[in-house]
Amino acid sequence: MSKVAWIRIAIVAGGIGLLEVACRSGLVPPTMVIAPSLMVSAMAGLLASGDLAPDIAQTFSSVGIAIVLSIVGGFTIGFGLHWFPPLRRAFDPFLAAYYAIPHFAFYPLLIVIFGLGSLPLIVLATLFAMVAMIVATLAGLDRIPRVLLKTAQVHRLSPFEEMWRIRLPAAGPHLFSGIKLAVAYSFIGVIAGEFILSTMGVGHEIAYAYDNFDNPRMYGLILFVLAVVTAFNMLVYAYERHLAKRRGA
Amino acid sequence: MAEPAVSLVRSAPMDQPVHARLADVTRVYPARAGQPAVHALGPLSMELRSGEFFSVVGPSGCGKSTLLDVLAGLALPSEGAVEFEGKPVQGMVPDGVGVVFQEDASFPWLTVEDNVAFGLRRSGVAAGETRRRVDFAVDFMGLRDFRRAYPSQLSGGMRQRVCIARTLVLQPRLILLDEPFGALDQQTRLLMGDELLRLWRETSATVLLITHALDEANLLSDRIGVMSARPGRFIDIVETGWPHDRDSRLAERADFGAVTSRLWSLLRTESMRAMGQGARAK
Amino acid sequence: MISLRSFRDPILVVLSLVAMWQVLHQLAGDSALTAPAPTLAHLWQMVWQPRFLPHLRETALAFGQALLIACVGGVAIGVLLGGHRLSGEVAEPLLVGLYSIPKITLYPVILLLFGLGMPAKVAFGALHGIIPVVLFTMNAVRNVNRTYLRAGRAMRLTPWQTGWFVLVPATLPEIFSGLRIGFSLTLLGTMLGELFASQRGLGFLLMTAIDLHDVKTILAIAIFISIFAVTLNSVMLAVDRRLRRRTAHDPGSRP
Repeated sequence: MSKVAWIRIAIVAGGIGLLEVACRSGLVPPTMVIAPSLMVSAMAGLLASGDLAPDIAQTFSSVGIAIVLSIVGGFTIGFGLHWFPPLRRAFDPFLAAYYAIPHFAFYPLLIVIFGLGSLPLIVLATLFAMVAMIVATLAGLDRIPRVLLKTAQVHRLSPFEEMWRIRLPAAGPHLFSGIKLAVAYSFIGVIAGEFILSTMGVGHEIAYAYDNFDNPRMYGLILFVLAVVTAFNMLVYAYERHLAKRRGA
Repeated sequence: MAEPAVSLVRSAPMDQPVHARLADVTRVYPARAGQPAVHALGPLSMELRSGEFFSVVGPSGCGKSTLLDVLAGLALPSEGAVEFEGKPVQGMVPDGVGVVFQEDASFPWLTVEDNVAFGLRRSGVAAGETRRRVDFAVDFMGLRDFRRAYPSQLSGGMRQRVCIARTLVLQPRLILLDEPFGALDQQTRLLMGDELLRLWRETSATVLLITHALDEANLLSDRIGVMSARPGRFIDIVETGWPHDRDSRLAERADFGAVTSRLWSLLRTESMRAMGQGARAK
Repeated sequence: MISLRSFRDPILVVLSLVAMWQVLHQLAGDSALTAPAPTLAHLWQMVWQPRFLPHLRETALAFGQALLIACVGGVAIGVLLGGHRLSGEVAEPLLVGLYSIPKITLYPVILLLFGLGMPAKVAFGALHGIIPVVLFTMNAVRNVNRTYLRAGRAMRLTPWQTGWFVLVPATLPEIFSGLRIGFSLTLLGTMLGELFASQRGLGFLLMTAIDLHDVKTILAIAIFISIFAVTLNSVMLAVDRRLRRRTAHDPGSRP
């Protein structure tokens, strides 16, 4: 591992160590933050007991569906907008301003429209993540070097072949960064939604534990969510680097 | 592949049949939001003779690349006619025409091998024949040790060789090159020039090269078209009369410099005009 | 260079959104989604009520402070990390990781650390906004064209002159993009913070409306915040584009 990675690990470990000492010595009261080691054991206990299973299933299945829908839908819409410039010009300001809107404010409406359960969360997370994919798709298709398109002309490729063999591979890196964002935003959308207005799911459990002053449970849950999301994002990131290494980008 | 021709006699391009022709071609880029129309090229006429090596030189922005685009069928002329092998060229690249661009057109997501094989695989050539031709082109362009490398791992010169190899496998009868060595240093350019001549002789193709380097045009060509500043037209076409089996050592000849001087004396005023034209033409 | 025509398409989009809204209302009924006209009328009324102003002020205060911390702190940290290569390299994946997690999960921690009320809101808002500002600033500083700096040295500029006349203009477009995104995220974070931690503010009003199932008010407040956010974002976007146009030679191109 590189020197940089070691430094990073050292800093993170150091921070955790400091926190551990601060908590154990009473400098930081357990009503505020509990020691990291206790967080880990709380998390382990929760997972082992299995009573978190339905919430985990609920949350992660919602996230999974949102990821798939936002990537597929986002790519399709981005592709369509690229194909029809007038449509794209009309939506450009909307796309640019999309992430300025506080989406969570519309959560309660989704519940009222779609009822309780995971559907409004999936809709919300999908809508939240989709635009990132749309923007990335447009950026990727825009930035194809003109010389590659001329090469397609020289080889007399059909429109389909040009799309499949040149445009899509050339847009690849941008598409992948869109996928990364869609994954991250799907997690954020579902969990934030559960936190604010839900009766099930890991996000809800965190809020519930907070309300009940159950710090160990709360921190165990928070650690679990952060660990899973970070691990997942890191996997996606590592895969992207693997792909990029071949292209030397 | 035809027998390489060795000739000590002055080659006579004007005796050959016409391979491609431009007749009173103009190209005007229409006005767009906030920008006036740009009369980029013409009216310009030229005849490319079969098997000749023709260079086009001219000041920046004079429309050299536009000329190539129109000739290749990559762009439609606003006026005039384009013909290749007797048939009109209408906005589509005809079979038998190969193009090497100024920018790196190698596909970063494919290996050198797959890049070179790309065109063959798309045109349904049998796998055995494809492999044969790819092997030949890869060897010919000195890429054998890099077959499985990705373009990003190669230098600029190597990448251009990949693009040339990719064009070569399709056995084009007319090869168009748009400042292919623009990004390379002088020594590499001279070597690549020799390779281009070798290619030309081995394939007996007609070659049109666009370059801004006068001595390069001088060295490589049978004829050189000198273009004016925008809108580009031919001021003159200079015949070099060099032997067919030439290479970079041609520059040692006493009469070599005279041709370069002739080109510059034609171009000097045009270049100053082009500099005054200022903003980027594209 | 803003022609009236460039407003045509966005206006069409807004109109079609309102139309969609009306249709959804017809399908879903008043208890789910109130119609555009009454909602907007309600919003207009609400804004002029005397009891609205203190809530608006509370949110504005929280947002303003969070924004200040996010922007000033973000740029400062970003400059430091961008200038010192090793620190930047070490910090970047950590920051990107922080950006990608659902920060709402840290909300209870913030509440425990800062207690209920203004500090928690400001902290949460600043937390959201500071990360993109740092990342963009760091990137801008790291990628300053070395040639500019060499030209500066060749002209014997003092460090101060180099900083002000070369570094600032060179990094400004990208830093500004970071600030624009930081703005939106800070607003988001502040509003989220207000949902639970406060007895005042727009977030609190929203939460009350949610508890009372007052769909009209929920919508009205959401629209109000959205209009504010979108308008300011569009203005900043226009500035952003203008800044970029001056500096970029765009090699990529649309066919």
